[in-house]
Amino acid sequence: MVHTCVHWFRKGLRLHDNPALMAALRDCQELYPVFILDPHLHNDTCVGINRWRFLVGALRDLDCSLRKLNSRLFVVRGKPEEVFPELFDKWKVTKLTYEYDTEPYSLSRDQTVTTLAKEHRVEVLYKISHTLYDIDRMIEENNGKAPLTYNRMRAIVKTLGPPKKPIPAPTMEDMKDVKTPCSENHEQKYEMPTLGELGHDTAALGEEQFPGGEQESLRRLDEHMKRTGWVCGFEKPQTSPNSLSPSTTVLSPYVTFGCLSARTFWWRLAEVYQGKKHSDPPVSLHGQLLWREFFYTASVGIPNFNKMEGNPVCTQVDWDTNPEYLAAWREARTGFPFIDAIMTQLRQEGWIHHLARHAVACFLTRGDLWISWEEGQKVFEELLLDGDWALNAGNWQWLSASAFFHQFFRVYSPVAFGKKTDKNGDYIKKYLPLLKKLPAEYIYEPWKAPRSVQQAAGCIVGKDYPHPIAQHEVISKKNIQRMKLAYAKKSTDAAGSPSKKKSVKRSAPSVVDMLRKKDRGK
Amino acid sequence: MKMKRIKGGEEDGNGSSSESSPEACKKVRTQTSEESEEEEEEEEASETPESDWVRLPQELLLHVFQYLPLLDRAYASQVCRRWNQAFHMPELWRYFEFELNQPASSYLKATHPDLIKQIITRHSNHLQYVSFKVDSSTESAEAACNILSQLVNCSLKTLGLISTARPSFMEVPKSHFISALTVVFVNSKSLSSLKIDDTPVDDPSLKVLVANNRDTLKLLKMSSCPHVSPAGILCVADQCYGLRELALNYHLLSDELLLALSSEKHVHLEHLRIDVVSENPGQHFHTIKKTSWDAMVRHSPKFNLVMYFFLYEDEFGPFFNEEVPVTHLYFGRSVSKEVLGRVGLHCPRLVELVVCANGLRPLDEELIRIAKRCTQLSAIGLGECEVSCSAFVEFVKLCGRRLSQLSIMEEVLIPDHKYSLDEIHWEVSKHLGRVWFPDMMPTW
Repeated sequence: MVHTCVHWFRKGLRLHDNPALMAALRDCQELYPVFILDPHLHNDTCVGINRWRFLVGALRDLDCSLRKLNSRLFVVRGKPEEVFPELFDKWKVTKLTYEYDTEPYSLSRDQTVTTLAKEHRVEVLYKISHTLYDIDRMIEENNGKAPLTYNRMRAIVKTLGPPKKPIPAPTMEDMKDVKTPCSENHEQKYEMPTLGELGHDTAALGEEQFPGGEQESLRRLDEHMKRTGWVCGFEKPQTSPNSLSPSTTVLSPYVTFGCLSARTFWWRLAEVYQGKKHSDPPVSLHGQLLWREFFYTASVGIPNFNKMEGNPVCTQVDWDTNPEYLAAWREARTGFPFIDAIMTQLRQEGWIHHLARHAVACFLTRGDLWISWEEGQKVFEELLLDGDWALNAGNWQWLSASAFFHQFFRVYSPVAFGKKTDKNGDYIKKYLPLLKKLPAEYIYEPWKAPRSVQQAAGCIVGKDYPHPIAQHEVISKKNIQRMKLAYAKKSTDAAGSPSKKKSVKRSAPSVVDMLRKKDRGK
Repeated sequence: MKMKRIKGGEEDGNGSSSESSPEACKKVRTQTSEESEEEEEEEEASETPESDWVRLPQELLLHVFQYLPLLDRAYASQVCRRWNQAFHMPELWRYFEFELNQPASSYLKATHPDLIKQIITRHSNHLQYVSFKVDSSTESAEAACNILSQLVNCSLKTLGLISTARPSFMEVPKSHFISALTVVFVNSKSLSSLKIDDTPVDDPSLKVLVANNRDTLKLLKMSSCPHVSPAGILCVADQCYGLRELALNYHLLSDELLLALSSEKHVHLEHLRIDVVSENPGQHFHTIKKTSWDAMVRHSPKFNLVMYFFLYEDEFGPFFNEEVPVTHLYFGRSVSKEVLGRVGLHCPRLVELVVCANGLRPLDEELIRIAKRCTQLSAIGLGECEVSCSAFVEFVKLCGRRLSQLSIMEEVLIPDHKYSLDEIHWEVSKHLGRVWFPDMMPTW
């Protein structure tokens, strides 16, 4: 039977290593590559202007690559559950393919669409290629639970063996019998999104540091792999949070959007490592990909993973509700130049080094402001180019010592931490130019500078630059106590009491469940 | 029984006299009125399941209510008269945590002012275990004081004043705070536990506390109370012989205090927590005589001495030069290698050690000495420090299985010619008798 197939791009915005797309091409006579602008996901609250620009770039790039194969990208606007029935009928679709995604919203959306597809007698096929491994399989290997330590996950990965090898992009040969019917007014009906489409203020856009798209991602990958010595010695914690240009690969946004396949990245690294002495996970580049896998697995195995309440692994902490503090952090006016510079770079460029993320995450939560990590999560989701549901939730819980990590006494100092790698505060001067005349001695703590020094630098604390929002020494001491209390409460709550909320029991999978999973088409 | 707290902004526990009830309550009331009509009919007719509710004894109703959060209980209280009566039973009002927040800084969890009024008028004489949680604003702390002033009929057993974000009680005019607090001291006469950290409590008010509650006071936490002097706290130790737990700042600690706590009439002390805090570099701290500590240990051989140090590196001069019976030691700021060396020499009772930051010289000898001489050590946490892998393995070997908590950041361990990071986890696990890995931070 020959098919009319819709390949649905969501993440996985690439042609290389795309098994679902290849499956679409099998016995296919008509192919419709589709991207749906879903108001639930694509609105100006969830998606900041940098992320939006990246996505637009990625879609243009995809369209460009498809054109080379005599196809086009169809950008459709609307809710998937409303859009698909129309498309199924209009195009007389018989098959729908997509890359599997584990986010809760994706799973429920895909469930709805699958049901609709069945009603329209459309065969549905999905493939796993966003993660290195099949996440459900990973959980099965760990007796039905998500591993809660990185090392446990490494052990499981050892038993599973290396990830599947990536497959090449479709060639003209693969496309020879396939047509993509394209009308003359394709540009009007299925036009590429514009920068201003979601209502962002485009005048605020800075220079594009990281253009979106598969071509760009592969180019960056090539460039970085060439530096083999650097790759082999790579140890992420030794790179600098405040170097003036990124000291790591910045391939993360491309992996997040799926412009670059995680498996492709993995196997290119394996090639480079071959025979050479190299650093080990978790700090190596392979380790980075495994961290991503770790959090994806946790996000699937742990209910309510992006919340504190109802999340069985998350310590319940009495975070404060303090809109003033939160706004100061979000808008880079805490009065701590290191923190404010990082938050400025985040908003302007959409990317900050991971140690910078640690510093601001710790500062917002258990270190200083005692605000819930869920608030930080929202801000990062909006602003980070590589903002990913699973990684965001997982890392925020880690940094706030809510889950996975319990050394709450290890607090990043908003003054001392940055000084270690940038004594002169060049990073601060770059992103907070109003402080650039301050001498190195005071640039991390401008409130300590004598009035005369502040005047000479043209920056008076309290007038040109805010007072520090909290006294770090005083408040971190108090916060450590609060954290201790939260931890103590955790163990007494477990002892049980009438007014305790019912805890979520994670049950072992039944034999039926396991059989059902194995039946799933791969 | 745990303290109940109101969630959400709507508290309408106004009983029968409420004017503005939420929709849900109205619905429930109309339903119930229909039900009660049916009930009356059924009672006359024959035995049916619906009538059992009416027969539910008040004690069981009370027991069920204890499981409900306050808001749900408040809704339940509007169902019928019996349930309203149950809602107001004294047993449900023994514990209360007043949460006082200003809308500007925290718009969610705050105790409704109407509920507060009701508690003061109907339940103040039922209250026994009370705490006040206030946010960073002075208004909240003042509101707490206002409530305290009205608790004249209260016979409190425990009182806690908790400032969550900033020491807001310190911003309240001192006289207002003191007069509010002394209302409770004078009226309760049976205070057993008192938590007043970060408040402007002073010596005279402590005298009032002692005069009225000396026989019952068991726990007193008053860290960071700058208006209290060593004489003030000594008065408490001298007369409250039942005092088992005490938390205060180092400047209040004196030889006399320790001797008073070790006097014959005094019960065994269980827990003494001391915060050693330096506001500005170069602060000077007095010393405590070894004989005073010895007296404490003789009198209360099992007591926990918890010490939190927040000092600058050059302020440790007066400390750890002689034996000190500290059991839980916490260094919140950077502490030097030299001081950690002295800890190994002079802290034989040490059970738990946390070092947040040290510096970039390895702590090899210091850790090994601690392992050898602190034979009770069972928990250790190292933050920004450095230890060579070989020394670390030696340390763990010496401690053996008594180390139930070993929290070391991965970057602390420096690989050397003997061990790499991978090998070390095996060695350490072997000596600990369980699988162990260092703590790590994810690469985001």
